[in-house]
Amino acid sequence: MQKIEINLTVNQRSYELKVKPNKRLLDVLRNDLNFTGVKEGCGIGECGACTVIMDGEIVNSCMVLAGQARDSEIITVEDLESENGLHPIQKAFIDAGAVQCGFCTPGMILSTLNLLKENSNPTRSEIKDGLEGNFCRCTGYKQIIDAVELAAEMMRD
Amino acid sequence: MYNEIKKSQNRLDGYEKVTGQAKFGADLNFGHQLYAKTVYSEYPRAEIVSIDISEAEKLEGVVDIITYEDIPGENEMFGRFPVLAAKEVKYIGDGVAVVAAKSKETAEKAVDLINVEYKEKQPLFNMKKAYNSKDDLVHTDKEDNIIEHSHHLMRKGNIKEGLQKADVILERTYYTPFVDQAYIEPEVIVTIPDPYREGIEIHGSIQNPYSIRENVAKIMDLKISQVKVIHSTIGGSFGGKDESVMLMAARTAILAKRTDRPIKMVLTREESMLESCKRHAYELNYKIGAKQDGTIVAIEDEVYTQGGPYNNKAMFANWRGSVHATGPYRVENVKTDYYGVYTNTIYGGAYRGFSAPQTVFGSESLIDELAYELDISPKEIRLKNCLKEGDTFATGQKFGPGEIPAPLADIIEGVCEHSDYEEKRAEYKEFNNKHNEKKKGIGISCTIRGAGLGGEGIDTAGATLTIDQDGSINLISDLTEMGQGMRTAHSQIAAETLGVSLERFTFINTDTSIIMDGGPTVASRGTLAGGQAVIEAARKLKERLKKVASKKLDCKKEDIVIGNDLIYHKQNKEKTIAFEDLIEVCLNDLGISLSAQGWYNPGPEELDEETGQGKAYPTYVYGCAVTEITVDIKTGKVNVDKITAGYDIGTPINPQQVKGQLYGGLLQGLGYSLMEEFEQKEGYLKTDNFDDYLIPSIKDMPDIDIKLFDIEDDFGPYGAKSVGELGIELVAPSVTNAFYDATGRRIREIPLNLERTLLGKSLSK
Repeated sequence: MQKIEINLTVNQRSYELKVKPNKRLLDVLRNDLNFTGVKEGCGIGECGACTVIMDGEIVNSCMVLAGQARDSEIITVEDLESENGLHPIQKAFIDAGAVQCGFCTPGMILSTLNLLKENSNPTRSEIKDGLEGNFCRCTGYKQIIDAVELAAEMMRD
Repeated sequence: MYNEIKKSQNRLDGYEKVTGQAKFGADLNFGHQLYAKTVYSEYPRAEIVSIDISEAEKLEGVVDIITYEDIPGENEMFGRFPVLAAKEVKYIGDGVAVVAAKSKETAEKAVDLINVEYKEKQPLFNMKKAYNSKDDLVHTDKEDNIIEHSHHLMRKGNIKEGLQKADVILERTYYTPFVDQAYIEPEVIVTIPDPYREGIEIHGSIQNPYSIRENVAKIMDLKISQVKVIHSTIGGSFGGKDESVMLMAARTAILAKRTDRPIKMVLTREESMLESCKRHAYELNYKIGAKQDGTIVAIEDEVYTQGGPYNNKAMFANWRGSVHATGPYRVENVKTDYYGVYTNTIYGGAYRGFSAPQTVFGSESLIDELAYELDISPKEIRLKNCLKEGDTFATGQKFGPGEIPAPLADIIEGVCEHSDYEEKRAEYKEFNNKHNEKKKGIGISCTIRGAGLGGEGIDTAGATLTIDQDGSINLISDLTEMGQGMRTAHSQIAAETLGVSLERFTFINTDTSIIMDGGPTVASRGTLAGGQAVIEAARKLKERLKKVASKKLDCKKEDIVIGNDLIYHKQNKEKTIAFEDLIEVCLNDLGISLSAQGWYNPGPEELDEETGQGKAYPTYVYGCAVTEITVDIKTGKVNVDKITAGYDIGTPINPQQVKGQLYGGLLQGLGYSLMEEFEQKEGYLKTDNFDDYLIPSIKDMPDIDIKLFDIEDDFGPYGAKSVGELGIELVAPSVTNAFYDATGRRIREIPLNLERTLLGKSLSK
């Protein structure tokens, strides 16, 4: 298969890449660009471990082909920490005990980021709707919901 | 009063996990690495006639291909697993060949080019048929299909006389399915040739590094010390990352040695579900005898546990099951038998609870049925029979002061009061009389669980603490962090014992070449046994520090106190030295070793194998759950609305993490109750990824309310006992008991999917 040239902006930095058009965005991010915070859990768009934000929308990067991602802006978990330290969502996930094995955490945090962008004060039920696409097998989700509430509070202040 | 424990502290590995920096197995890459992929069997049972790798070998980018002929040592690992099948495949997950190629894509293509010729055989799928068969054998060197050492029993009193005394006898059979641990990270192994010891180095998602090391050494014909295993950050395991990673480690080790290049093998979710162990499927046959007033007089049970063709674990899990088969009740006459059975299906292994979710589903459904049969409240029948001071357990162990605590009655009362159990039962009855489309129900279950390994093996553990020049402290345990929070709990225990702050601690992943094997990270023993080793190491260091401080401060060693990062005279606060300063004196002025090893060895438990009587476990943990559900009568959908639960797990070292373990366990239990099940058709898996193997999403999460009963028990470190596995086991029986309360229908097989709740049977069986 002929490789195509694509331009991707990942975490505010622009990349020119030559890839096969059917290569998954997940593999481009993990293997070509070394953003290993993006995880692969199922490969069929069910578990949400590979969640990234693409042009402002939550996507499963295992279900997006490189060709489809052309000229898009991607945000991965690696973008969240700044010189001021951890993002409030990251801090809240630690403080609320929302992290156990940590494999779902990057995706969960990105879904939270988008949720709180659209709704700065979500109810517990709205949080459940916002994180429905991200499986976690360790926490039973309760402390994740607590973390989202805590993050919302920190971000409003 | 404690400073560092009994306190919710943030986990020590939180930062790397929320920033995406934590290195899981798949994130590791080494120069010149090759990608390995396994060719799996095409049939559940067949003779291998020939394996043709010639086409695959010609493919550009293929570097090596191995079959059973290329194994340097023995082709059998613990549990009878072959590295690669030689003459016969015994289930669809058997490996036949492995390809190593320059890219993942090439390895995938090469797998399709390998041509294996099989001669199909009639497989043995049915557990009871396999149990009864003496001529059709999964392993032809055996006389039957019963897994070695898997028959465990319990004999107490006289079962015949006991049943004769009963006013009522119920006979019931319950079934539970194979289920998957469903950790979100699929298995990974990266193996590197180790030039320094002519051996190999293995990284990856490894729950039990030492058993992997032993088995790889055996199949590679290497010395154990030539194999070095270091686990990576593990994306959940729950017992599962063991047999499959053992197979992967063995296969990649052979390829690494042959090619002299690093070999990376990452399973797809489908491969993980195919090849990893499952929770054993059970058939539980119970007979219970009771007096009219609800007093249980006898329980007889025969339990069959399905093992698949290979088995590491039925011999251990069945023993645990046999100890707990009569539940947390006083039963004078007991006859219990557990048998593990070989079949040509996916295989059973460890999954959180290790026999408890199956056994508790059986025993807690049974006592509920007895309650309704005798028209006694399900709560009252449990209170009447549960183990109290002065009672003896099925094992003959006595409960009471100075012996094993028996707080279950208080926990049942507490949970029922907290959940308004009796009030809600009456309320839901009223509701159900008025409503036809929706029915509400409330169910209860309770449990006792042996803490640690008990009679399965000696509960040893090791830990090394090293204080460095700047006062930072490194902790290494032979037990693994898989997400459960063990390293934080261990560090809290070390900090408390040493009298210093938690911020000083760093932790390294278990490396088999630098700390001795203290046994596997299983049986909820990370804190229980591992914590004791940490205390011992910390006490040794503390003694050394006190000795130096007493000279420095010119006072008796006995008068020295270490606390809040200071070392001082207990009455004269002017005699004080800062922790860092004392460390400098020890290391730079005196050259004293500030590295100490702790080793915990409680000794073997004493048991009579003929009767099961004896000290099965040194102590026990307890729980009670009340679950409220709503059933949609038209669709059959069961919605779990609320779970109220109470547990005695001893001292919670880190209450937030303890609750996290319980919440997580409860939700896995909810999956077990309502949706999780491997569907197999003629030996092939119909469920192999998250689109058809359903696990709970955040939307399935009910309202959960947990209360911890911190009952004094001196056995564990600072009174801590076990927590990791306890959450999962109470859910299924409390859900099916609630379903009965709601609908008047008893379902004796989980999960309660729509087919079972609506039609009373599973369409796929």
